[in-house]
Amino acid sequence: MGQKVLLSEKEINIILHRLACQLLENHLDFKDTALVGIQPRGTFVAQRLTKILKEEYGVRHVDLGFLDITFYRDDFRRGEKPLEANKTKIDFLVEDRKVVFIDDVLYTGRSIRAALTAIQSFGRPSEIELLTLIDRRFSRHLPIQPNYRGRQVDAINEEKVKVHWKENEGEDVIYLINK
Amino acid sequence: MSELSVKHLLGIKYLTEKDIQLIFETADHFKEVINRSIKKVPSLRDITIANIFFENSTRTKLSFELAEKRLSADVINFSAGQSSVKKGETLIDTVNNILSMKVDMVVMRHPNPGAGIFLSKHVNASIVNAGDGAHEHPTQALLDSYSIREKLGDVSGKNVVIVGDILHSRVALSNIFALKLQGANVKVCGPKTLLPKYVESLGVEVETDLRKALNWCDVANMLRIQNERLDISYFPTTREYTQQFGVNKKLLDSLDKEIVIMHPGPINRGVEITTDVADSKQSIILNQVENGVAIRMAVIYLLASKIK
Repeated sequence: MGQKVLLSEKEINIILHRLACQLLENHLDFKDTALVGIQPRGTFVAQRLTKILKEEYGVRHVDLGFLDITFYRDDFRRGEKPLEANKTKIDFLVEDRKVVFIDDVLYTGRSIRAALTAIQSFGRPSEIELLTLIDRRFSRHLPIQPNYRGRQVDAINEEKVKVHWKENEGEDVIYLINK
Repeated sequence: MSELSVKHLLGIKYLTEKDIQLIFETADHFKEVINRSIKKVPSLRDITIANIFFENSTRTKLSFELAEKRLSADVINFSAGQSSVKKGETLIDTVNNILSMKVDMVVMRHPNPGAGIFLSKHVNASIVNAGDGAHEHPTQALLDSYSIREKLGDVSGKNVVIVGDILHSRVALSNIFALKLQGANVKVCGPKTLLPKYVESLGVEVETDLRKALNWCDVANMLRIQNERLDISYFPTTREYTQQFGVNKKLLDSLDKEIVIMHPGPINRGVEITTDVADSKQSIILNQVENGVAIRMAVIYLLASKIK
């Protein structure tokens, strides 16, 4: 099993700042916008972006939620083990607001499909956008594309993109792993 | 998080402590789901569940049906009273007929102890025991422990007394297994005629003085006197039972500490507990009912993920 570094800490940091600026350009004060990190790994990206928006760009308040999509997935009973759920934490209404889904890697698009269903339990957003740190090109099973992308990569199916975060794995780095 | 060690939920006796924790953790997520404005998830779209009740039930049946529907399973209901069972059909035939309509899971209540176990050996579906005679009622014990965990933070190390008709109670037996498995201390309290002879072999202590038992415990689980199962007279009169083993507000207020009152329902108000106790802030009876739906969703979800 070989692995190579796809993005270093410095590159990740630059990309996160660019993504924060792009969000800012479209949503300004974030009054009508809520950021929703997709559990489990999208929450790290969402938290980092929120921190940058607040601390470096002076956005006063950002509604940040975490959405667990386990019970909405379309591969229940297709794997070996039961799907493991995570905590959903959305303590604001999404009715008539703009929602930005945030995830680390966009691959088949099935997670986002599930998230689109799951978010309906919290109201009817006026608009939903998608931000992803890594966009794996040519691997989509569904017609889903990101509005904001950090880096586009061409990875073959046998390869895996693994994002590490300081909060969780002790380092900020993205690997391309050859299984 | 992994998966359950069993394919059926026949009784707490067959579960491990890990299974119970997994069910509780899964129930936490479902409890969040059922408190949303849209209380439904699509997980079990392709699963069909038959609720087969050979004995009366309101709470359990409604709770199971609600849990199944909130997971988006297809549900069929069957009550023995209006069926061919009356015409002499055997249990296996009845269930196999239902299963040939492509049913994946059977939730069954039956008056005979061991009916679920018998069925699990003869039919090809996941079986959930919703009460089999005086044997076990596993989902009730799970929701009872879950409610204790929610109220007191943990079940391990807590003192729990089960009061009433232990002899005829499947709730008592399942609760004893579940509480012991999680490291709680358990006493049973009731008239000697309603305490099974072997009960101490399950690792529980017997106490016939209600006041002593209540002063010892953190949680009192008050069972109903099951008049329908009392074939002979086990105590002189209901009034005398209430005087010795009923909990009223005066008794509750005179205790050394504030204890938690539970009841699996249906309550005979004025017999095992008085109305003011049932409706007091120490009672978590209605929380038990709410948690019942989350626990049953967790059990069904985890068992359904094993159906191939």
